[in-house]
Amino acid sequence: MTASELEYATPDTQRTPVVKLYLGIGLLVFAGLMLVGALMRAAQGATTISIGPEVFYQLMTLHGAGMVGTAGLAALAVNWYFLSKYVRLNQKIFLGTLVLSLVAVVMIVGSILIGKFAAGWTFLYPLPATSLGLWSKGAALTFVGGLLLLGVAFLLVYLDMGIAIVRRYGSIARALGLPMLFGREPIDPTHPPAVVASAMVLIVNVAGIAAGAIVLIMTILHLIYPPLAPDALLMKNLIYFFGHVFINATIYSAVIAVYEILPLYARRPWTVSRPFLAAWLAVTLMVLAVYPHHLLMDFAMPSWMAIMGQILSYTSGIPVLVVTAFSGLMLVYRSGIRWDAASSLLVLSLFGWAVGIVPAVIDGMINVNLVMHNTLWVPGHFHFYLLLGLLPMVLGFASYLSANGQQGRTGRVGAMVYAVGATLLCLSFLVSGALSVPRRFAVHEESWQWLGDVGALSGGIVLVGTLMIAVPILLKLPRARLASISESG
Amino acid sequence: MQISILLVTLLGMAFVAAAFVFVVLNSGPRDEDYGGIAKRGYFIRRWWMIGLCAAGVVVSAWSLVPFPLQASSVESPRIIQAIGRQWSWELASSSVEAGEPVRFRVTSLDVNHGFAIYGPDDQIIAQTQAMPGYYNDLDVTFERAGKYRVLCLEYCGLAHHTMVAEIDVKERR
Repeated sequence: MTASELEYATPDTQRTPVVKLYLGIGLLVFAGLMLVGALMRAAQGATTISIGPEVFYQLMTLHGAGMVGTAGLAALAVNWYFLSKYVRLNQKIFLGTLVLSLVAVVMIVGSILIGKFAAGWTFLYPLPATSLGLWSKGAALTFVGGLLLLGVAFLLVYLDMGIAIVRRYGSIARALGLPMLFGREPIDPTHPPAVVASAMVLIVNVAGIAAGAIVLIMTILHLIYPPLAPDALLMKNLIYFFGHVFINATIYSAVIAVYEILPLYARRPWTVSRPFLAAWLAVTLMVLAVYPHHLLMDFAMPSWMAIMGQILSYTSGIPVLVVTAFSGLMLVYRSGIRWDAASSLLVLSLFGWAVGIVPAVIDGMINVNLVMHNTLWVPGHFHFYLLLGLLPMVLGFASYLSANGQQGRTGRVGAMVYAVGATLLCLSFLVSGALSVPRRFAVHEESWQWLGDVGALSGGIVLVGTLMIAVPILLKLPRARLASISESG
Repeated sequence: MQISILLVTLLGMAFVAAAFVFVVLNSGPRDEDYGGIAKRGYFIRRWWMIGLCAAGVVVSAWSLVPFPLQASSVESPRIIQAIGRQWSWELASSSVEAGEPVRFRVTSLDVNHGFAIYGPDDQIIAQTQAMPGYYNDLDVTFERAGKYRVLCLEYCGLAHHTMVAEIDVKERR
């Protein structure tokens, strides 16, 4: 690092402590919510356990809200850690975000487990206010308020990240590499991919969370004063815009771990280039514009939005398949890479993300959506992205942070167990979708139940793999000191 | 149709998986000439990109023309009003003839519901959303006689999974 780079970077002593807190809490919550997921599939299988619909839908809400929130926080930790290498970030604000998020988690969990709130994590208006006596207005307000607080927590840290980026790079557009892309500045191969990704995440997620805040406040107002009833289609648009952007931003945050760590293993650089910058500009725009593919079955939507949704669903997969996954494979090919837990998980994450694009793009076709929408096909494709994409990015990062990736045989076997279980689980979802099994059903018909059992078994295998990787990390994490670049690889 | 979709999907996924398996199996021994690898890689990538874009254009044109959600060209389909409410369906008529063009005019009295028609083989044949304040027109021509079911595919609360109606499709007289 040059002297000027050191001047901008966050001091080393401040980079890891709070990140470790995020990861420690995140891994524990992930494991707990995986158990909830496996229990739900087992209940749908009806062979081993039975869960009543009331509890099932509470668990479904808990699993969804918990996984999305935890994925957001864990991915934020990855993003913050690597961005802090290049810009000076405020550790106290980062800690403040965690504290606010934990308060939000208490509100969300309390509203579900005590208040029996069960409208799903997407809180699709007007369901939170229309429970037919199942949950109270107070429970709904607490849940929605918790989500709002979580959004505020994210905006707080994004503000700090944005200011730090502007201080170092002059503007968010420059951090995204737009002057280089459009030839106003020469390509600077030292411009970090982590900064480009951070700029993209800031742009899309601030917009996404702002839309989320609007719809959450409108929901709160409706709960307090029911005659104030916003248009249901407008609310649906806002909810899916927020949800789509937020969950995509988690993947684009977490992929920074791949950009930063995989080159150390491969001993090859992952530098920015014009196609790389073009790809990131394209995903910035497409992540913001593609959400109508969630509304293809709302025929009241304008036709052009449905067409745009289908086309952008396809095109938004191209940067991942052509740039990120392909570049990752090029980096690994004939590199003599050391295969340990971290490197295996990071390559697995690229696989999960890339392969998940196939069922997602196919479901994004209107003709296919007519028979696949809201079947288990949908969790099939997003579990590929998240369980086989995002989570291995986080686990790979945590493994690298705590043990320089060297978790021995247990870590390598754990990664393999995880990969097998997660692939089986995702495939069981896709097969279920192809057999028209609905998503979000507490009770499955007899002919569908074997798939629930397969899902539960696969989920159990994923949990075992996760614990094999995560428990040693959690034990080492408090005292871990990250290896510097020169020590690794 | 769904099984074909599954097979095409699995084929595409197998292609991606094969690329990863190939690279992982060829991750060593180390070749120091990364410049050479990158040059070959960028050549493949260019054609990969062109191929994906070309496939996108072809598939989009094939699947979007004619626009799949347009009301059918049938002049006067039989219109059946379908109203969803927590947790039941109210169909203006639950009996139709095979081959008869039907337009379901779908709405909801309370929250969002999903109006999905399952065939006698328990496969979805068509669906739309039932939204408060909106009507979605779903055109269906039942090809075969038999018992069809309408299930709610948008989560709507405690008894969401019990929200079922039946449509009796009779042979054409």
